[in-house]
Amino acid sequence: MVEATGAALAPVDILMVGVGGQGIILASRILAHAARAAGYDIKVSEIHGMAQRGGSVVTQVRLGERVYSPLIPEGQADIILAFEQLEALRWLEYLKGGGTIIVSSQIILPVPVLAGSARYPENIITHLSRRVHTLVVDALGKALECGNARAANAVLLGALARQMPIPLSSWLNAIEACVPARYLEVNRAAFQSGYAL
Amino acid sequence: MKELMTGNEAIARGAYEHGVTVGVGYPGTPSTEILENFARYPGITAQWAPNEKVALEVGIGASMAGARVLVTMKHVGVNVAADPLMTAAYTGVNGGLVLVSADDPGMHSSQNEQDNRFYARFARVPMFEPSDSQEALDMVGLALQVSEEFDLPVILRTTTRVAHSQSMVELKERREVPLRPYRKDPKKWLMVPAFGRLRRQVLEERLQRLRAYTETTPVNFISWGDRRVGVITSGISYQYVREVMPGASILKLGMTFPLPEGLIRQFAAGVERLLVVEELDPYIEEFVRGLGLEVTGKKIFPACHEFSPGLIRRKLNEAGIPVSLSPETSGAGVCPLDSKGEVEELPPAPGRPPVLCPGCPHRGVFYVLHKLKLLVTGDIGCYTLGGLPPLEGMDSCVCMGASIGMAHGCELADSSLARRTVAVIGDSTFFHSGITGLLHMVYNGGQGTVIIVDNRTTAMTGHQDHPGTGKTLMGRNAPEVDLEALVRALGVGRVRVVDPLDMARLTEAIQEEIAAGAPSVIIARRPCALLKRETRPPVRVEGELCTGCKTCLKLSCPAISVQDKKAAVDAIICTGCGLCVQVCKFGALKEGGEING
Repeated sequence: MVEATGAALAPVDILMVGVGGQGIILASRILAHAARAAGYDIKVSEIHGMAQRGGSVVTQVRLGERVYSPLIPEGQADIILAFEQLEALRWLEYLKGGGTIIVSSQIILPVPVLAGSARYPENIITHLSRRVHTLVVDALGKALECGNARAANAVLLGALARQMPIPLSSWLNAIEACVPARYLEVNRAAFQSGYAL
Repeated sequence: MKELMTGNEAIARGAYEHGVTVGVGYPGTPSTEILENFARYPGITAQWAPNEKVALEVGIGASMAGARVLVTMKHVGVNVAADPLMTAAYTGVNGGLVLVSADDPGMHSSQNEQDNRFYARFARVPMFEPSDSQEALDMVGLALQVSEEFDLPVILRTTTRVAHSQSMVELKERREVPLRPYRKDPKKWLMVPAFGRLRRQVLEERLQRLRAYTETTPVNFISWGDRRVGVITSGISYQYVREVMPGASILKLGMTFPLPEGLIRQFAAGVERLLVVEELDPYIEEFVRGLGLEVTGKKIFPACHEFSPGLIRRKLNEAGIPVSLSPETSGAGVCPLDSKGEVEELPPAPGRPPVLCPGCPHRGVFYVLHKLKLLVTGDIGCYTLGGLPPLEGMDSCVCMGASIGMAHGCELADSSLARRTVAVIGDSTFFHSGITGLLHMVYNGGQGTVIIVDNRTTAMTGHQDHPGTGKTLMGRNAPEVDLEALVRALGVGRVRVVDPLDMARLTEAIQEEIAAGAPSVIIARRPCALLKRETRPPVRVEGELCTGCKTCLKLSCPAISVQDKKAAVDAIICTGCGLCVQVCKFGALKEGGEING
């Protein structure tokens, strides 16, 4: 286990956003596990219940020397990890100036759009990248290459890991600790493909 | 050893470490995972009750017989358990009894955001409020101790952001607590009026002692800082205040009933301006004002929905109250959205409301009910989503079990509605409090039709077992309730079971039953799509047959869209349930596409 050094750990606020059922809670568990090994104090806030049924979901992960609020104030997230384009747009105001957004190119149409009562915004990626540092990840495509569409969350986590001051070995240990054995191989492969981007 | 735990996991751990042997509750967000986690510890018994009233009664019994007990429920569940709670304050306890009330400010997964701190004051029982997982674990121990020392049940009140936030906790060994012997004592436990009057007096005496205790308990403490502003706060708001106003003087209240009058007066005397930061009602604020102290609370901070550190900072700024910024937060609010005209404006983000899952067996029921233009009184569960557009197959949802009584009430008000009204209720909700509603309807000559959407689980809260599933919380086999026999025994003569994925049969059944002129129950039975993954191939689209009429979209299925004026099915999430195949008038949607992903 990596011990915390004498120097204070700089705080890192990460917002994970997407659609209920995309595996955000598992991804946040892995992140927290890896961050713990790196010596951070951690708070994670998540939403269960009705919102999980295909609704817009957000998990907030805060790392630092000492964390109080589990919620990240608007304009203060260092990184937004967006599992879906529209959700990236919805939560963008949480990103701080100079922050990074990692966005899956996946599009999941919400029911009001499917039903024709609302329009899915066009060119979201262009809007994002004109404003903030934006990394686009074909998470679904990479996951399918690894053998399971449900491992898209691991691809994104790999891309996030690349941006974080946490050693690769901690991430791999965290995946092993959090993912059920029969999905371990595909998740490892998916994580590595995201990390290699 | 340290571990990262949610508040709910920490409460379960606290109960285990402090010798609780009986845990009982009814699932409800944000309380559910407490008992699920508690059930995994050795040497304990954990049970799902059919409802919160029964859960608390089991808890009172176990306490009377000498065990330490944990009873869990969401805030509205305490309404159901309020009857035993009010009198348990009179009887008191034998083994320590902690009732967890998990409140849901912001209504993430609830029908209201009632502030259950008033229940402690109403019942006159002590209450603790943790602000993170470590406090949650420790306060279970403290609450058990106070419960036994003061002979009262104790409420541990959490909110969604405590229950579902993870933070570090220090784990300790379990301390076995021997069963306290039961001694027959009717003057304590038999609440007939004569004994009740005696216990009423005893309750006041216990409260007097508690008022002294709350002044000195270590969970109520002052942290002096800048004396210009002093903040009284509790629960999750404490964490927000610590972050937003790192320099302020704070009176942190971990015990919020009874409130510490002396400590509050001492704190008020030491600061120039007194604020109360509390979510929901002005519970602390009104107490402080009642002491004759000048205080500001709800004038600045909203009384509805949940708080966040951002909101508190904004409201303080608006009120002109200085917020000392720590270096790392000073950059907050530098929003990348302020484009200053350099780039085009961001497009609006359409909402993404929750929706029934692909393959959900409830979907067809609401499609049919909407099509038949019936008045549908609904109930609490995933299926409440059937009331949202475009399904719109439900007119009302009030509380657990309300659907059946309300359907009967509609019939009483307007007899012509008898043949146009149905009640829809889930299996777990029916066992919770639907049985009595149906009993009422039959007994009073109602002619209503009840559809029990029986997906063989408590789905909304994450698939908990119930008396109809044949399994208990601890994984043991249990007798499976025969739902058909149960409703027949209540006096319902017309009972039929249909597959909700067969919309033609379902439509026929509903039409026949509402026309029957006698009380009837239709059991729409099929397991939750998340519980039992079907291995059917996804639906495929025959593009040349599709006219782009969009009828299939009315099913509100996340797998179906219309692209370039043709229906499209997302083969990754489609479960092949076949509802869309049944609604397509042109045969463009076919069963048996290629499995993908």
